[in-house]
Amino acid sequence: MRIGAVTFPGTLDDSDTIRAITASGAEAVALWHGDADLKGVDAVVLPGGFSYGDYLRAGAIARFAPVMGKVVDAARGGLPVLGICNGFQVLCEAGLLPGALLRNAGLHFVCRDQWLKVENAGTAWTSRYDAGAEIIIPIKNMDGRFAAPKSVVDELEGEGRVVFRYAGLNPNGSTDDIAGISDPTGRIVGLMPHPEHAIDALTGPSDDGLGMFLSVLDSVVAA
Amino acid sequence: MARVVVDVMPKPEILDPQGQAVARALPRLGFDGVSDVRQGKHFELEVDDSVDDETLARIAEGFLSNPVVEDFVVRRVQA
Repeated sequence: MRIGAVTFPGTLDDSDTIRAITASGAEAVALWHGDADLKGVDAVVLPGGFSYGDYLRAGAIARFAPVMGKVVDAARGGLPVLGICNGFQVLCEAGLLPGALLRNAGLHFVCRDQWLKVENAGTAWTSRYDAGAEIIIPIKNMDGRFAAPKSVVDELEGEGRVVFRYAGLNPNGSTDDIAGISDPTGRIVGLMPHPEHAIDALTGPSDDGLGMFLSVLDSVVAA
Repeated sequence: MARVVVDVMPKPEILDPQGQAVARALPRLGFDGVSDVRQGKHFELEVDDSVDDETLARIAEGFLSNPVVEDFVVRRVQA
């Protein structure tokens, strides 16, 4: 099992993502923004950070990196893709997920451990969780407020594509407390909080994040 | 060569906390009478005459703005 982690200029969390993939038992494959192929990986993670300095808009320039053309094609063909934080923003800018991530309503960079409710345990990245489970993983961003036209939000809610919702305090004014969403197939998931920072209670608030990296292994085996 | 201006603004229904923060600061600075502020982006492009309006619209819609949450206006300001 080979899971890729993409590094753009300005990506910060590729090391922890590779550590999380390795902890799940898979082989982590480093992918570079300039790569023209995905090295035969079974799934891809777009880690967090500030790709291209967040210039223009978060994720707006990373979307045009050579590797993203391959990620978009493969994702449309069914490859599981997880976008974390800046990776979520990249997936929205690339059109693989709907909506956009805007400046936090409180205008503060929010960095804390965040409780989330797993709303959909049927996606490729959440099958190891119980539906309705509450998990605690870190959140750290400036632009985490999910926004989309009402028709899109209604569609996400109606189809069970809100995968994670903030439990307790909404940290950024996100519509409907949305923390993460999926595409219609459940194979492409994006979320603002950071599961890769919570894979071991020694170095994070919990090991609740590891379930996402384990879930995708199940989905690849089942595919 | 021509100068083209592209103004990008958050859609009216999108919360603009940065604009609100500016609006709230004005009375504290002694400026009264400003009831609302919306903050956007202003781009100035120097373009060859061969670049047509359709291309400019594609640049504005596909890159300079995110049509999900932003509106844009393209203007040629210098012939």
